[in-house]
Amino acid sequence: MNSATNSGRALPRAGCALPWALVTPALGWTLLFFVLPFLAMGFSSLTAHDGGGFTLANYSQFFANPAYWQAMVNSLQVTAIVTLISVLLAYPFAWILAEQVPERWQRLALMLAVLPFWTSYVVRSYSWLLVLAQNGVINRALTGSGLFSEPVQLANTRLATVIGFVHFFVMLLTLTIFANLKQLSPSYRKAAADLGAGPVRTFLHVILPLTLPGIMVGAFLTFVLCIGDYITPQILGGNNELLMPQLVMMQIGRRGDFPLASALSIILMAVVTVAYLACARWLKIERA
Amino acid sequence: MSINPKTPNPTTRNPRSVLKSRLHAACAATALLLATGDLGQAADLNALIWCDHADPALLQPFEEANGVKVNVKEFEGTGAGMAIVEQSQPGDWDVMVIDSIDIPRGVEKGLFEPLPEDKLPLADLFPQVKMDSSTVVDGKRYGITEKFGYNTIGYNKTKVDPADMQSMAALTGDKYKGKIAIYDYYLPVIGMAALAIGKKTAELTEADLPAIKEELLKMKANAKLVGEVTASQTALATGEVDILVGGGEWVTAGLAKENPALDFSIPKEGAVLWSQSLAMFKDSKNKDMALKFIQYIMSPEGQARLATSACYWGMPANTKAALSDEQKQILRFDEQPDFLARAQPYPAPNADLDKKMQDVWTEMLQAQ
Repeated sequence: MNSATNSGRALPRAGCALPWALVTPALGWTLLFFVLPFLAMGFSSLTAHDGGGFTLANYSQFFANPAYWQAMVNSLQVTAIVTLISVLLAYPFAWILAEQVPERWQRLALMLAVLPFWTSYVVRSYSWLLVLAQNGVINRALTGSGLFSEPVQLANTRLATVIGFVHFFVMLLTLTIFANLKQLSPSYRKAAADLGAGPVRTFLHVILPLTLPGIMVGAFLTFVLCIGDYITPQILGGNNELLMPQLVMMQIGRRGDFPLASALSIILMAVVTVAYLACARWLKIERA
Repeated sequence: MSINPKTPNPTTRNPRSVLKSRLHAACAATALLLATGDLGQAADLNALIWCDHADPALLQPFEEANGVKVNVKEFEGTGAGMAIVEQSQPGDWDVMVIDSIDIPRGVEKGLFEPLPEDKLPLADLFPQVKMDSSTVVDGKRYGITEKFGYNTIGYNKTKVDPADMQSMAALTGDKYKGKIAIYDYYLPVIGMAALAIGKKTAELTEADLPAIKEELLKMKANAKLVGEVTASQTALATGEVDILVGGGEWVTAGLAKENPALDFSIPKEGAVLWSQSLAMFKDSKNKDMALKFIQYIMSPEGQARLATSACYWGMPANTKAALSDEQKQILRFDEQPDFLARAQPYPAPNADLDKKMQDVWTEMLQAQ
């Protein structure tokens, strides 16, 4: 075997091995910290709390108990409201940042926009509790201005949970939409103007469809992070209704019912998967 | 309370159970390492604790006197605590703080070591809080009550009429609607609801649950929030609510200096007695030091420090606790004989009834 043959064979091997070498740490990480725990959780969800054999009882409990169902309904409602409001607030905000703020100020403006990210999530939630409390800033303003004679209950409600979530997710969506807007070539708008489209028509038929992938990515992230969040509803919602993560945690605290907690978590993941499939399919159509 | 005879012998577990426990252990190992870091040297004392034991003012005197480091890990809820133990190696932990009523659960799992009664100040404990029905199993003592208190009515005496707080009827009437918070732990508050409808907490059965649920729903209709320890304490302290159902000295005593208006009552229907115990692990590698720790916590000095811990105050189980007069006054130490006479034990349901109680609680939380 001559050297030319050797080198001719070695090159493709090296070219093939390199991508695998690069991707192996990520794959290993995912296998170790996602796939294996997920399989264990799936296995646990099919076992009985009292140590018996395989059972579907943990899943049937969810479908048979209206209070458990209600937790899923509450989670979906809150998540849908938060996602919608966050998109509606974040888009114009990102638009102003990308289009109206001079380029040299954009970095500073973006930094200011994401400033609340620098605060701890828990601290931020408790801060909102103080703002929305009976003696908080908002109620003082409302009663002080004479608009209301009595304080309004804002804290410990679904509204408080939504406010806490929206505050966080508007920042996240702003970043994804801003990045998408900045990637758009000015030529699109010029071409639309040349063809006689006004600003509104250009936005509706050119800019909005082209930024939809950014919106959908941000909306999906919002959906996933919101539906699985335990802290915000626990601190701001006042337990006046249960969401799925709270229901999951409730099974663990005293009784240590990990099988039921696992089944509820799998159901929650199934809902997230459906949302992903819906978004992925929709995005694919848009890209086509 | 006796050991459940249906519990399988750990040595004859079926392969599926073994696989299940191995999976649990494997998956939790990394999380445990991240959470606890190095559990420390074998000479250290490793303690699974509630937050009141994390106070340096409590631990430092013991560490200095014995030249030992106490490594602590906090947990909430017996289920979460048991999960940590199951996911650890035998011998990782030396002592555990646990709800007195849950000691038999640990004994069933073969976790705990019998304690030498002759080396503990049992004679100095308030007789009603020894809880021998839970802390003694098959004639052996597996736990010793270290701290107790009441799940009852906590309130702001400048905002509500203290006379109203002598009856649980105030919790479901219209007078304080929207001024009430409920402590988010189903066992004691279900116990309170049972007391409100004239049931004994030690005799609760599944047949009592519909009436208890009805009472809970009435409380919920009046409540602004249902909060865990911090949330309910904050709500009462900041004036968001004026009454805390399930509150007691554990809420009001620690805040007494900042907010002397906070107080608690034992209404005519009674209150629910909570108590926490210390237990030693059977597989502890440091049993002598573990016993010394328990003895320290049960000593008059340790009891005073534990009772007034930064996390929450509570009554020391030892009548000889070295509390100052001011601390005794805040804890209403001298009134304990009367309070204890009127208090009823914490509900201690079996696993099936426990699950049904939690479901009732879930339905109450979801009710609008």
